[in-house]
Amino acid sequence: MTDLSAPSPNAPRRERGTAEIVAASLPRRRRKQRLLQAAGIAAIGTAFLVLFILIASLVSTGWQAFRQTHVTLQVYVDPAEIRAERLPRGGFDDVLTAALAELLPGVDLKDRKTRKKVEGILSNGAQFTLRDMVVADPGLIGQTVSLTVPVSDPYDQLAKGLIDRQTPEINRRLKDDEIAMFDQLVAAGVVSRPFNWGLFTNADSRFPELAGLKGALMGSFWALLTCFVIAFPLGIGAAIYLEEFAPRNRFSDFIEVNINNLAAVPSVVFGLLALAVFIGWFGLPRSAPFVGGMTLALMTMPTIIIATRAALKAVPPSIREAALGIGASRQQVVFHHVLPLAMPGILTGTIIGLAQALGETAPLLLIGMNAFITSAPASPFDSATALPTQIFIWADSPERGFVSRTSAAILVLLGFLVVMNAIAIYLRQRFERKW
Amino acid sequence: MTSAAFIVLLAATLTGYWLNRRAAREIRARGERLHSLTTYHGLFAALSVLVPVLVVILAWLLLQGPVIDRIVLSGLPDEAIANLDVNERSLILSEIKSIASGRVFGTPEEWKLAAADRLNDLRNLSGWLMVAVSALLSAVILFVTRRRVSAGFRARDAVERIVSGLMIFCSLVAIFTTIGIVLALVFETSKFLSMVPLTEFLFGLNWEPQIPIREGQIAAEGAFGWVPVLVGTLVITVVALTFAVPVGLFTAIYLNEFASPRLRAVAKPVLEILAGVPTVVYGFFAILVVAPAIRSFGASLGIPVSPNTALAAGGVMGVMLIPFISSFADDALSAVPRALRDGALALGATRAETMLNVLFPAAIPGIVGGVLLAVSRAIGETMIVVMAAGLIAKLTINPLDSVTTITVQIVTLLIGDTSFDNPKTLAAFALGMMLFIVTLLINVLALRIVRKYREIYD
Repeated sequence: MTDLSAPSPNAPRRERGTAEIVAASLPRRRRKQRLLQAAGIAAIGTAFLVLFILIASLVSTGWQAFRQTHVTLQVYVDPAEIRAERLPRGGFDDVLTAALAELLPGVDLKDRKTRKKVEGILSNGAQFTLRDMVVADPGLIGQTVSLTVPVSDPYDQLAKGLIDRQTPEINRRLKDDEIAMFDQLVAAGVVSRPFNWGLFTNADSRFPELAGLKGALMGSFWALLTCFVIAFPLGIGAAIYLEEFAPRNRFSDFIEVNINNLAAVPSVVFGLLALAVFIGWFGLPRSAPFVGGMTLALMTMPTIIIATRAALKAVPPSIREAALGIGASRQQVVFHHVLPLAMPGILTGTIIGLAQALGETAPLLLIGMNAFITSAPASPFDSATALPTQIFIWADSPERGFVSRTSAAILVLLGFLVVMNAIAIYLRQRFERKW
Repeated sequence: MTSAAFIVLLAATLTGYWLNRRAAREIRARGERLHSLTTYHGLFAALSVLVPVLVVILAWLLLQGPVIDRIVLSGLPDEAIANLDVNERSLILSEIKSIASGRVFGTPEEWKLAAADRLNDLRNLSGWLMVAVSALLSAVILFVTRRRVSAGFRARDAVERIVSGLMIFCSLVAIFTTIGIVLALVFETSKFLSMVPLTEFLFGLNWEPQIPIREGQIAAEGAFGWVPVLVGTLVITVVALTFAVPVGLFTAIYLNEFASPRLRAVAKPVLEILAGVPTVVYGFFAILVVAPAIRSFGASLGIPVSPNTALAAGGVMGVMLIPFISSFADDALSAVPRALRDGALALGATRAETMLNVLFPAAIPGIVGGVLLAVSRAIGETMIVVMAAGLIAKLTINPLDSVTTITVQIVTLLIGDTSFDNPKTLAAFALGMMLFIVTLLINVLALRIVRKYREIYD
């Protein structure tokens, strides 16, 4: 390059020389350019590939959890085992085992080992389903009811093909006779695999086939609601003050530096703040979505402030000048004219901030939202988990069945994030005005 | 009772608005000229009630718990609690609370039942008092504001003053948060340092935060030297950056200079998706896919790889950082003035030469700022390492080994039962303090570099 720009005293001869030099170096330089482009394509390809593997591995392990293996039993509610005056106690498990044994010819329930294996086919929750039915309608005692209940986790895995029948028996979770029993059930046509509504209507459980996301979804809902109620007004108030009213002085600068720093503080530090201040000093309850929501609000506020300021800045000064010109006060200008015009941008930023808050895990772990809770919270002050902490708990659980539950929970979480971001994009494109 | 207090608040606010607006309208109907619109007269009353009463209710809710606890404790018979330490007292208190809420286990002592009754009585009393106080206060304020309505009253100015104050309060919340973080960390860290000397924490080479279960237990003293934890953090950060920086930079260069608009339209959202994936998902990805893959690859080469290898956690963290670095680099490259690019191209440089010799050097300060922010992110990142990295602090720089990080230790020390008086819990706050300081310094440095560089071209 320098050759080209150098002044040449003997023009005609040098010019030819330069052209030749340039021509000679061109292939090398073009090769270099191709190399750089190849590196760029490889880098982008890596990013694409990783995203593809991420999604593919989650879908391939998670889709199975959206269906659950059930068996349909004709249960004779034996008055010898279940008596109306003893409800809700009674031998519900024995009744179910007897119903199951009728479908398994050649099984001797007197043998304790076999009996144990037959009992193991049904989920632990099956007897409670039956109990609740009978308690709700004691007239069922002495009758035969048709009942569809989930099978326990190993059989669910077997039905989904996740337990390899070729594995040597000693390394397999289900022995040959257990598989034979299940095959008999399949042959009898009582095994079905419907959509797993339990994933959304059950709370957490130690048993994978019963574990659901209801508690986590409600916990996340309360936490996000608290977060929104706190962060939205505070964020907008702060942004309006800083953008429209604050005098340019040291104090305003200090606030701004503070907000920018808060946006970059590691999330786990907010967890420490919440643990020490909200729980330690103020004595608020542990594991409560309300405390989680307050913590998330502190983290989301900088995002909302920054988005709101950008949206306010985008409103052209002519609007403000026109309003001022006909006698509006400065606050009237902002609240009657600028803020409504900036609202789509503010809402977009808020939704994106809430989406980030929905995926935030570490601060919620520190305030105890990773507890094992088997009922959905009824208010923001009850103990609960949240969607991301539930994922963390399930990822930590040793049972095989939780692997696909975890992936399924992640797919649900990602689904919510996609919906929230889609709403944000829609708002931006539908309502944002170009001036 | 709480909802009753809020209903009182809401009712008083609406009544105030309605009363004062009606009064202002009557004045206007008499033919007098008001200074402010009638709405502002109403708003003035509403805000005058809303703000102080809301503050009273919130303060009451916040303070009633500790105050009632103290009264109940002091009301206990002396012989029952005379020689108990803080822990045992709080245990008794929580037992009394669970009795009060109707969960009785076994047969508690008579004085505990009495205390539970007292607790319930006090709670009831406190609830009623709160409602009464807020109702009384609302009534007084309503009366005072109602008397101020007159043609000459500058209601709009008053409302705007209140709104200004509220907005200033909103912006102060950011400062309160920072102060809260600093105070909480300093307070708990100082308690920690009163148990463990500062030099041991800063320079100790062992991190074994176990506490003796019984008095005088040997070999269970617990060691609190943060050096191995710091080294582990740095190992994972380096692994993450060696993956993320080249990929991120080449992505940015290609997208900025060579990519067709169509590729850009696809690649940008893909990078945004990578940036938007929650870190707990990356953590699960690391243990589900990456760690087993690295392990079996190592096994096929005959290299022993730890199941919690730093490579898996660091690599996945690198993926998380790619969009971060590429977007910073893209912005920095785009901010280089067009004249520089046009000048280089006009001199006959290829596009690659323009990029590598002109644009990239000009953008380096911005890129360095971005990489520094990525470093601070990697140090503070929690979920990926909590799920994929190890728990035991080993002083090693081998990325195939299992290492632990500051954030992993904070989370593992604080998960489960936490009481604020043993070094194990407080050590987490000391680590949090170091984490806060380190990331703050890096952030300030990075922002300064980015800003300074921006000024050159603006």
